Amino acid sequence: MEDVNHTAIVSAPPTHPIKAGIKDSFAAGLGMFPLGIAFGLLVVQSGLPWWVAPALSISGFAGSLELLLIGMMTAMTPLATVALTTLLVNFRHVFYSFTFPLHVVKSPLAKTYSMYALIDEAYAVTAASKGNWNSQRLISMQVAFQAYWVGGGLTGLAVAAVLPIRIEGLEFALCALFVTLTLDAVKSRKELPSLVLGAASYTAAVLFMPNAALFAGLVMFVFLLVARHFFFGRKTASTPTGEDHA
Amino acid sequence: MPDTWYIVAVLAIVFSITFALRAVPFAALGPLRRSALVKQLSHWMPAGILVILACSTVKGEVLGSPEHLLPAVVAVGVTVTAHLLGGRRTLLSVGLGTFSYVLLVNLH
Repeated sequence: MEDVNHTAIVSAPPTHPIKAGIKDSFAAGLGMFPLGIAFGLLVVQSGLPWWVAPALSISGFAGSLELLLIGMMTAMTPLATVALTTLLVNFRHVFYSFTFPLHVVKSPLAKTYSMYALIDEAYAVTAASKGNWNSQRLISMQVAFQAYWVGGGLTGLAVAAVLPIRIEGLEFALCALFVTLTLDAVKSRKELPSLVLGAASYTAAVLFMPNAALFAGLVMFVFLLVARHFFFGRKTASTPTGEDHA
Repeated sequence: MPDTWYIVAVLAIVFSITFALRAVPFAALGPLRRSALVKQLSHWMPAGILVILACSTVKGEVLGSPEHLLPAVVAVGVTVTAHLLGGRRTLLSVGLGTFSYVLLVNLH
């Protein structure tokens, strides 16, 4: 269908940009909505107040971090650890500005929303498509994404209210999600050193600082990467292979 | 259970840091994105951060209930196998992994 719109402009009436934006959102939405339901269910099961689900999806709007925060909040994790985890888990967003077509958005309010709602899926769809983006299409896609995610969370809350049984082990979905995300991050041998350094940092943190293992593990990992950059990184950074991920 | 102020503080922290990470690079344009260290870190970080988060969440699941260790090991195995053999379909892998964990924990 999309091809028809791009090539047969003469015969077919042009698609309204809002319609096009919503259409752009469907594929990723198929994954976001069910994950949102799982998120809503987990909020109820963890014993946190129900409003935490929509509140997190509006304040953060970052799926995997929100799922992670349920457990951290239930355990009353220190705020410094929450801040560091947020910083490191969402650090990748810094690089989305390279290709994200924010320049098509003119109104300051819409621009602010577009930056706020620059989630992985929004970046991925714009990076993968050569489509001619305009403000309405981009913003309607991002609003649709947020509707799937917040709506999924609210649906999960509703399901938990109708079926108030606690399914033991459901929270393993988060472990499984991080396992798959790890596998997706390690697609070539080039990522293996980071994987090993991360695993080693966390193991050391569990052994030597068991009460703040996550915080200590993340700090140690970043420290090791900075060291790696200054000892080994400069050579690789100056070679053309540095462009692979861009 | 956390009180409302703790939750509000978490929401404020998550909002400010996440928004800053998404918006500041557009405003600051050059320096941050040109920095060789920042570029290098962005390539190196995901694999390590994610493996730490995966280990940390699994540890949280097993800690305090050692009888969950075996189900967790099996479910991680199911997730990995499903993901690598099932064409990296996240929902399928997460679904199968979680299903096997729920099954094993409740059969016990």
